[in-house]
Amino acid sequence: MSQGVEVVGLYVRDQDEALAFYVEKLGFRVHTDVRNGDYRWLTVQHPEQPSFQLGLFTPGPPVLDAETAQTLRAMVAKGAMPPLVLNVDDCRAAYDRLRAVGVEFTQEPVERYGNVDAGFRDPSGNGWKMIQAQRRSH
Amino acid sequence: MSRGPASQDPELLRRLLRAKDRMDAASHEPWPVERLARVSAVSEAHFARSFKQAFGIPPHRYLLTRRIERATALLRDTDLAITEIAFQTGWESLGTFGRTFRDVTGESPSAVRARARATAHGLGRMPACIVSAAHRPDLTTAVSEKRRRVPGDTNTPAAKEIR
Repeated sequence: MSQGVEVVGLYVRDQDEALAFYVEKLGFRVHTDVRNGDYRWLTVQHPEQPSFQLGLFTPGPPVLDAETAQTLRAMVAKGAMPPLVLNVDDCRAAYDRLRAVGVEFTQEPVERYGNVDAGFRDPSGNGWKMIQAQRRSH
Repeated sequence: MSRGPASQDPELLRRLLRAKDRMDAASHEPWPVERLARVSAVSEAHFARSFKQAFGIPPHRYLLTRRIERATALLRDTDLAITEIAFQTGWESLGTFGRTFRDVTGESPSAVRARARATAHGLGRMPACIVSAAHRPDLTTAVSEKRRRVPGDTNTPAAKEIR
């Protein structure tokens, strides 16, 4: 695929902490990790989704002024960023596995409308829904 | 004095979010300030003020919106008796539940049940958690304050109550 969305970024409070979380706990892989002065372009990838990268960025200079960066850090920390959804084959198994490695769950797996979903946050405060979609019979 | 959104320490906000998440996960449980303050690792004296500054609503009122939201979902999605729904969503008396419910939504629980059933379709395509956030009552004033504002009128249409 040559056209389409390639990178979507999250703001995180600390890139090393975010890297450890997304790679060591969630099982993502590092796609790109390059620095230019204080700026660090860091993206990770779901192992089954090679055409998409999740960017893990800290708000700050040189892109943003200090006050804007502080506002964004506050927004992330109070969970005000948009929803994120992770699809999984088995929500309950993923919940058990991630909980055992210390992922902060905000909601235990619940079955609704035939789907099973759970909720967790990354260390910065970004909220994820982990959804096991209903198996289609056709 | 700077009291804008950026004036609070992000580390504190992250811990306040944890208290909010815990109320979301178990809104039927009692959440006295000391319990919430413990989750956030702040003093009881600072908790309520910090929470309101962060989320724009006092913690007990936030809890109330979550309970009403759950009760609305149970009215819509189950055949549970209204007494049972009141009990399951954390109220200790049916009277308090009914009164608070009317004050917040502008309708009685049974009216909401009837209307939700008549109009509910197509919600299954949106994650239920997001559906419920989209339907969260926007409770920005105290319930007692609303009661004072519309004396004797508990049947004010929802559109007037929920801005």
